[in-house]
Amino acid sequence: MLESLQPIISLLDSTIRISTPLIFCAMAGIFSERSGIIDIGLEGKMLLSAFVAATATFLTGSPILGLFAAILASCSASLIHGFACITNKGDQVISGLAINILASGLTITLGIALFSRGGQTPPLGAEQRFMPIEFPFLDQISFVPVLGDLFAEVISGHNLLVYLSILAVFFTYYVIFKTRFGLRLRAVGEKPEAVDTAGISVFKMRYQSILIAGMLCGLAGAYLSIAHGAGFGREMSAGKGYIALAAMIFGKWNPIPTLFACLLFGFLEALGVRLEGVELLWIGEVPVQIMQALPYVLTVVLLAGFIGKAKAPGAIGVPYSKEG
Amino acid sequence: MSDSNIIPKWLSVGVIPLLNLLLAFCVSGLFIFFIGENPFKAISVMIKGAFYYPGAIGYTLYYTTNFIFTGLAVALAFHARLFNIGGEGQAYIGGLGVGLTCLIFDQYLAGFLVTILAILGSVIFGAVWGIIPGYLQAKRGSHIVITTIMFNFIAAALMVYLLVNVIIEPGQMSPETRDFASGVGLVQIHMLAKYLGLNMAMSPLNLSFGIALIVSVGFWFLVWRTKFGYEVRSLGHSETAAIYAGIKVSYTIIIVMAISGGLAGLVAINELLGVHNKLLLGFTAGYGFTGIAVALMGRNHPFGIFLASLLFGALYQGGTELDFEFSSITREMVLLIQGLIILFSGALAYMLNPLVENIYIKYYGNYNNA
Repeated sequence: MLESLQPIISLLDSTIRISTPLIFCAMAGIFSERSGIIDIGLEGKMLLSAFVAATATFLTGSPILGLFAAILASCSASLIHGFACITNKGDQVISGLAINILASGLTITLGIALFSRGGQTPPLGAEQRFMPIEFPFLDQISFVPVLGDLFAEVISGHNLLVYLSILAVFFTYYVIFKTRFGLRLRAVGEKPEAVDTAGISVFKMRYQSILIAGMLCGLAGAYLSIAHGAGFGREMSAGKGYIALAAMIFGKWNPIPTLFACLLFGFLEALGVRLEGVELLWIGEVPVQIMQALPYVLTVVLLAGFIGKAKAPGAIGVPYSKEG
Repeated sequence: MSDSNIIPKWLSVGVIPLLNLLLAFCVSGLFIFFIGENPFKAISVMIKGAFYYPGAIGYTLYYTTNFIFTGLAVALAFHARLFNIGGEGQAYIGGLGVGLTCLIFDQYLAGFLVTILAILGSVIFGAVWGIIPGYLQAKRGSHIVITTIMFNFIAAALMVYLLVNVIIEPGQMSPETRDFASGVGLVQIHMLAKYLGLNMAMSPLNLSFGIALIVSVGFWFLVWRTKFGYEVRSLGHSETAAIYAGIKVSYTIIIVMAISGGLAGLVAINELLGVHNKLLLGFTAGYGFTGIAVALMGRNHPFGIFLASLLFGALYQGGTELDFEFSSITREMVLLIQGLIILFSGALAYMLNPLVENIYIKYYGNYNNA
């Protein structure tokens, strides 16, 4: 009986591993889009910070420094985005797209120039990464059936960033819904004129929001290259930023539902990998591509209003000008 | 976004875009300098690679062909103020149209007939992949940017599935269909030249280039010389005004997205009918995204798009030459340049306007009052 639970437990375990970068990025997206700035550039910021994290860690030997470098890089990309679409009132989608393509070209070119390994960074040793943390009392409760395994495999034994991502969700929820800053942030995304009339700078609010988004994307990137992985590989983010964007829409720009959307999409991917080549009763083999496409299909269906309605913040995509 | 009306048109449509492009190149050059190579040497290598070597121009124009198609696709949608990021997926599905047509008919029909059907197939399949997001935008209010992004990924998953499991050549390992029958396909220009007794270096340039030029003229006619084009542009300027003018907004959006998808689908004729002669994985290679840069640079006008496509064609072809000449810079440098061009010519397109306006007013006074 207990043996048959093992596949489920390992499935949940990989769900959490896969979902972590999605959660960081989706929370980043919430901060940015709730303030009225479309963030297509999640993917690029994650890719850039993954590269910078691995490079800085390799050069300094310290994953902590790598993490900070990643956040710095991602925030710089955020600032470019802000300069283009807050200060210069440029198109937010075009700016985000530029960041994604820039990140793609920049990481490969810099990687080749620095390491001559076809765009990869050198592999990192165990002491240069965020390693799994084993919770205390593991031995004491390991005899408990089901719960013991669940605790050991699913809850315990992840790296620091996995736990940080869960914290990030509560942080996002708290900041956006329970603080004055969050109230203003949401107002800036819905009716910037009103906020401006109240004497609060729309520009400043939006810059602050996208910088927080930058930090969160930096964490996502660092997770990919110096926690989950051991080094950077080209195009490492592999569309995760877009899945996070989809998860954010699926969660209707709310942190807690978005968390579940990320877990759902992570679960679908884990399940797809798990089911590859497996013949299911009555159904036969499920193509892995169906699992890969499902998050996007679900998001399209949701956006079309067939299952509930996802409504974006009111002023999203509209540059704010004081004069009108 | 609108062009300035304080300064004359030649400044806002001619000089400022060129300055933006120059900025993008300067930043690229600085970057090359910082990684320890000579930017001027890189430029000369790229120019030689794109125009000088035998066959180089053919390669450049072959890439240009792809960019004309995807650039026009993005531009038409822009005229209706729709942002079609889905060119990549539409081109990919267009390839499915070409592949299926050829695989089904090439045993029964004459080669040129199959080729014509395959061209239609690329347009129709691409159009379908544009119509769905168009319909969802027009009738269900889904944001077209998000839907087209999602459709790129759905297209990629669908094509991998079909190529790996369904239409792969039996007994083959790599995910490709069998070759199309001989006689199917668009003839390459150097073969045509040989037939006419001229000697041209080999290159993948094929009749698709001619089709691209004809389509460009058709695009100009459609947008600026027909009732439909007028409706599209009105919709792009003001949806409210368009509604008052009795333009059917939903219908127009759907048709625009259909044509846009069809244009992107034409990339498949250049790649599959002109070069590969079979359907294979990932043949779109980012051309759909480059189309966005092309449309932005070309200011959504076919002539501008032709020039921008030529530039990107030269960058792509010249970029491959970087691999041979340098150890530390490669063709991916072109991605970086592309990103910078989208940033400066797209997102920061109007950054220089106030500066140029001030200089102009200082020396010539206000243009409109003059």
